[in-house]
Amino acid sequence: MIARVIITPKPVVNDPQGLTVKQGLASLGFREVTDVRVGKYIEVNIEGSSEHEARRRVEEMCRQLLANHVIEDFRFDIEQEHKRR
Amino acid sequence: MRFGVVVFPGTWSDRDCGWVIDQVLGQELTYLWHKDTDLKGCDCVILPGGFAYGDYLRTGAIARFAPIMEQVGDFADRGGLVWGICNGFQVLCEAGLLPGALIRNASLEFRCEWTNLLVERTDLPFTSKCGDREVIRVPIAHGEGSYFADPATLSRLEQRGQVVFRYCDSQGRVVPAANPNGSMHNIAGIVNARGNVLGMMPHPERCSEAELGGTDGLKLFRSAAEGALKVLVS
Repeated sequence: MIARVIITPKPVVNDPQGLTVKQGLASLGFREVTDVRVGKYIEVNIEGSSEHEARRRVEEMCRQLLANHVIEDFRFDIEQEHKRR
Repeated sequence: MRFGVVVFPGTWSDRDCGWVIDQVLGQELTYLWHKDTDLKGCDCVILPGGFAYGDYLRTGAIARFAPIMEQVGDFADRGGLVWGICNGFQVLCEAGLLPGALIRNASLEFRCEWTNLLVERTDLPFTSKCGDREVIRVPIAHGEGSYFADPATLSRLEQRGQVVFRYCDSQGRVVPAANPNGSMHNIAGIVNARGNVLGMMPHPERCSEAELGGTDGLKLFRSAAEGALKVLVS
């Protein structure tokens, strides 16, 4: 199984990277952009366990290490791994 | 009086701190490797600046799992003096020994420059040699030193007087122009409620000899040397 974890700065946290990217997009003509937030993407490969169990474990991983609850939010999807050739 | 300076892979301010303790102050010095599991009888533990474990994931996020950190946490719980400088401050926040977090500077720039700090607490073991509301000159060198805490935490810090240093101008005025990184309330350093764990982004070890352009940092080291003795006595 693979967990695809997305970590974003909390809405109340100032995100200067996002602001700068937004300005960059505006200068390229993408005027429709109203907000940009820059976060992290983490893939975690997991062995064994049911999807339910994997979900519980990944949640713990996020709480204990992958995200800092003071400044970040997280969400994730779990996918069954594609069969390797 | 023995200072312990923690060395993680990627720490680089350990020797500067060690120099001040050993050569300038003439106090006993021990380096504590991140894999050590005891504090070797230290009376004050310093977590120095640098990029512990490459600052992978987040600043301080991996360092907090180092074997030595369990001892540092126990030591802090027992009232021992723990002093995080720059990366050390980030580690203390990640470890939950101090509230809040340090995020990317608002300018997105790595700022390496002198700052003025308003000392708001002089009753602490780390600042007893400073004057009341004295302005000290201490350099910063960081890319992620913008202090953040949620509104409830921030107001608790203010109410309890846990803000120790605030970026200010040379006259001691806490103004936005004096804030080098976008820290909330111009916060440069905080202490825990008990007053024995200090975290600060500026580098006092870089201004403890006249040759380096200032000696204000030495006041903090002198305070800690004396303060740790008081902790031992009490």
